[in-house]
Amino acid sequence: MPVVDLAVTSKRDLNAALHALPANTNETHWHVANPEGAHALAAGVDAPVTIEIDGHAGYYCAGMNSQATVIVNGNVGVGVAENMMSGRVHVKGDASQAAGATAHGGLLVIDGNASARCGISMKGVDIVVKGSIGPMSAFMAQAGNLVVLGDAGEALGDSLYETRIFVRGAVKSLGADCIEKDLRPEHEAILAQLLSEAGVEGISPTEFRRYGSARGLYNFHVDNASAY
Amino acid sequence: MCGIVGLFLKDPALEPELGHLLADMLVVMTSRGPDSAGFAVYGNGDADHLKVTVRGPRLDEVANALAGTATATLRDTHMVLSFATGAEETVRGWLALHRPDLVVTGTGKRIELYKEVGLPRQVADRFALPAMRGTHGIGHTRMATESAVTTDGAHPFSTGRDQCLVHNGSLSNHRSLRRQLEHEGLTFATDNDSEVAAGYISWRLREGDSLTAALEAGLEDLDGFYTFVIGTENGFAVMRDPISCKPAVMAETDRYVAFGSEYRALVGLPGIENARIFEPEPAHAYVWERN
Repeated sequence: MPVVDLAVTSKRDLNAALHALPANTNETHWHVANPEGAHALAAGVDAPVTIEIDGHAGYYCAGMNSQATVIVNGNVGVGVAENMMSGRVHVKGDASQAAGATAHGGLLVIDGNASARCGISMKGVDIVVKGSIGPMSAFMAQAGNLVVLGDAGEALGDSLYETRIFVRGAVKSLGADCIEKDLRPEHEAILAQLLSEAGVEGISPTEFRRYGSARGLYNFHVDNASAY
Repeated sequence: MCGIVGLFLKDPALEPELGHLLADMLVVMTSRGPDSAGFAVYGNGDADHLKVTVRGPRLDEVANALAGTATATLRDTHMVLSFATGAEETVRGWLALHRPDLVVTGTGKRIELYKEVGLPRQVADRFALPAMRGTHGIGHTRMATESAVTTDGAHPFSTGRDQCLVHNGSLSNHRSLRRQLEHEGLTFATDNDSEVAAGYISWRLREGDSLTAALEAGLEDLDGFYTFVIGTENGFAVMRDPISCKPAVMAETDRYVAFGSEYRALVGLPGIENARIFEPEPAHAYVWERN
């Protein structure tokens, strides 16, 4: 089990070692000590390994992740799991802005809160936030599921496409073209699956409300022609 | 880009450490602003004395001429003149008559304000920041994007007694706001948008606003991107624009409140591993005051 101490080893060397891992590596569980808020930790990994970061990480932690499981025993800065393709990123603390931005796949779990623009432009990732999320979350979100056990800030889901948003607490306000929708059995099934994958117990899918696109911005309305 | 830091001590036992803690925070932010740096430190004050920080050449000449009136402390390109409040006319009069070339960077009972072009480490060392003591301080590392790399363009900006501000961001209505504030009698030393923000806060405080009310008024009147960290004689404040465009992270313990553009700036603080780490919310005035 490799242990990389960033007080001794450079971040470039850490990431280069992670990038060099073959798919059949035996070094499947890495520990990173003394991260001290460094940026781009474990970004661009493409191997089925587990990387545990013991402390707070900076910007773009686990960005572009494929296959790997990245666990942060602390907080993360802006853009955790940005553009993740697959795998799993688990933040034990809070996340700063733009958590899971543009991510295509995989699962992002945040045990604490996520601040503004969580899931902005998400393209298929599943995000489970056990705390609350900040304003402008799921802005222009295109696909995937955003599950929030706490509250959501202003302008949730502004201009969103086909992402499903599930919020258990209060929503401060909905963004343009985002509306509340019925929580049907198929949505409860999706929620139950995601809650289970995120290790959430004792919370029923029926406690959530579902929000999605009214699809009112998808097509040009001829009534607006005079505006152009 | 730009990096900003701030440290407000609750525990007087940390006061001898203020300078070196702030210097370390500033240096970590070099990657966000390598072209110039500045800082303000709130040190010992005396109710009957004023401190004026001036910047410019041939400062020994100033110290000699005002020897009977003011105590002068020279730090590289800056000098702090400390004198009895009653001597203010004399000192200002002499400076205006004999040395109009000097820039006054800050005035107040406790504030000292230094800024220079260069890497933050060099700037901190030139002014011996690590050895300074005080109750609170704020700092800035600048990456100039829209104006020249000059000492005048470096932060903090001080537009009122014991008041100063550092800014990460850019304001879009600073021209019109500047004209409005000039009508109110404020004067500005530079064309910098951040100086207008500092002037705005000074104006609101002059009109009787609390620091919190002044910042909340700013939410209406300041248009653009900003994360501000503000110092007053006994206070420390943080505010971000309504879309939180610029980064911010804070740490609070029983001993201090600290601000950094990035968490990296906070890792050297004592007890950081047990601090409450949080991201200040957009459009919310955070104010700490010490009596």
